[in-house]
Amino acid sequence: MAPALAWLAALMVVPCGLVLALAFFRRGIYGGIEYTFTLENFGLAFDPLYAGIFLNSARIAGTATLIAVVIGYAAAYAIAAAPRRLQPVFLFFAVLPFWSNYLIRTYAWIVLLNREGLLTQLLRWFGYEGEPPSLLYTEGAVITGLVYNYLPFVILACYAPLARLNPELGEASRDLGASAMTTFRRVILPLTLPGIAAGAVFVFVLSIGNFVTPALLGGGRFQMIGNLVYDQFLTANDWPFGAALSMALIAIMMLLLTVQAMAAERASGRARTAEGDAAHG
Amino acid sequence: MSDPKTLLSIDNVSKNFGSVVAVDGVSLDIRENEFFALLGPSGCGKTTLLRVLAGFEAPSGGRLLLDGKDIARIPPNRRPVNLMFQSYALFPHMSVRANISYGLEMEKLPAAEIRGRVDEMLATTQLSELADRKPEQLSGGQKQRVALARALVKKPRLLLLDEPLGALDKKLRGAMQLELKRLQDDVGITFVIVTHDQEEALVMADRMAVLKDGRLLQCDTPHEIYEHPADRFVADFIGVMNFCPGKAGADGVMTTEGILLKGTMPQGLATGDAAVAAVRPERIHIFPAEGIENRTGGKVAALAYHGLDLQLHIQTSLNDKPFLVRVTADAADRRPIGVGDAVEIGWSAADTRIFKD
Repeated sequence: MAPALAWLAALMVVPCGLVLALAFFRRGIYGGIEYTFTLENFGLAFDPLYAGIFLNSARIAGTATLIAVVIGYAAAYAIAAAPRRLQPVFLFFAVLPFWSNYLIRTYAWIVLLNREGLLTQLLRWFGYEGEPPSLLYTEGAVITGLVYNYLPFVILACYAPLARLNPELGEASRDLGASAMTTFRRVILPLTLPGIAAGAVFVFVLSIGNFVTPALLGGGRFQMIGNLVYDQFLTANDWPFGAALSMALIAIMMLLLTVQAMAAERASGRARTAEGDAAHG
Repeated sequence: MSDPKTLLSIDNVSKNFGSVVAVDGVSLDIRENEFFALLGPSGCGKTTLLRVLAGFEAPSGGRLLLDGKDIARIPPNRRPVNLMFQSYALFPHMSVRANISYGLEMEKLPAAEIRGRVDEMLATTQLSELADRKPEQLSGGQKQRVALARALVKKPRLLLLDEPLGALDKKLRGAMQLELKRLQDDVGITFVIVTHDQEEALVMADRMAVLKDGRLLQCDTPHEIYEHPADRFVADFIGVMNFCPGKAGADGVMTTEGILLKGTMPQGLATGDAAVAAVRPERIHIFPAEGIENRTGGKVAALAYHGLDLQLHIQTSLNDKPFLVRVTADAADRRPIGVGDAVEIGWSAADTRIFKD
């Protein structure tokens, strides 16, 4: 136990503590840090300009989450409905992109989306003559990149409850007079919601703090909070403000993860009591 | 049931899964208001037939006439037929009340009517106290009642029950057999139950069908099937039967030992064909009286005390397997029998059934 805790302290708590401490100091005139206590970095973080970037990040991350959940749930549903022996194969293909580097996967989208990229060539091949569409360096490109990178998480998170679902529950609903749509809405969806929630929180948390994808696919024109933090530390040399932004971001993530973990704990706690009851009854 | 009206007519129904024939040209009529059992060993096609009736499988051939209307192509949610699943398939995220009202909500009934009918059903199945519980907080027997209530509240023309008592322990099963029968009487709905337990079918069913390898072997009352099984398989599957192999003669079976066991010859059995004479354990007399036609000597090989009766295993020269004979405790007291004793056993020609072997 002790070595593990020491490890955690050295690699997690101390760096985070340092960043947290930084947030309460003043920025030096020529960069660097002036060690006088202040709260103005947090005040600045809530300045409409920066709050707008927070909201913009949340909007982009939210859109990416929504799309990833819809596609990921549908994919997981299809995999769970496939013959049992094929399911591991499909899951393997779903997570295959993880075997390559995140940067490379993101660069691949530049190849696909740029003005002379694969998509433009495909359009030409179908006889398109006009201006090549500008797909790269748009918000759409950023969202596409985020969805693509985090989709496997959603598929895995949704697959587990879908595969565990007793198929007779769907049949029972049909037998009692429900249409396929009603069966999905009232039985299948509610019972697989924990998986959707887990996948969604994952995508959202990873997306809102992401700075690589907006930098590469957004061309720096669509500032997300991750880029802003990156800029404060490496370009503007305002470490205290960067630290304050980081803390705000970490707070949002922690809040979401905690709510999700509590919901999951309640769900599994219920399941455990049920098993206990069955054992006693 | 003075005038048995046909409710559901299963007309030459087949179901194939690829090259596997699960149900093979089954025809039978299920009557209004009866308790009907589909019985057979696992893999006999009884569950597939039930799923065809519920609408989860489309038959590969044949017709399903419910009140004279072919329902073979009607989806499960539009059939006046409900199924109680073997796993119960209760919705785990809904309370007992919500599970039971689900089917009525699908019929878009007024809320007040749903409430009234659910309350009534909760009372009938003695679940009123548990209405707000979730399925996970119920015992096996309670879950079974919720599953039953959920299907019954829709007042289907036909209620299908897939091994409804299979998950319960033996004692509870006995009580629930009678309970189900009483409930069926009360609600006046036709029940079709699938079971592999012949005792359960005998106890509960008004009529039953015995299936094997997708084919219907016999469809009749439990009494008829027990006393006059259609073939050797049915005779063996329902209850306990002693078999003596031999060759068909004019009025009985000639055993390899040259003893003629008298009985009524079935149709289609020619003299010299391989045949078996069969007799139920409770029809065999120990030390038979004068005039009992079929008799042989044997030795008591084993003896099992069952409280109510004594089961004797008697080795004779008629069969490799020992004869199973049931003697009431009363009779055993009057004339004590021990292992190794030589005894004479006999049974009358009227109690002898003869089958093609």
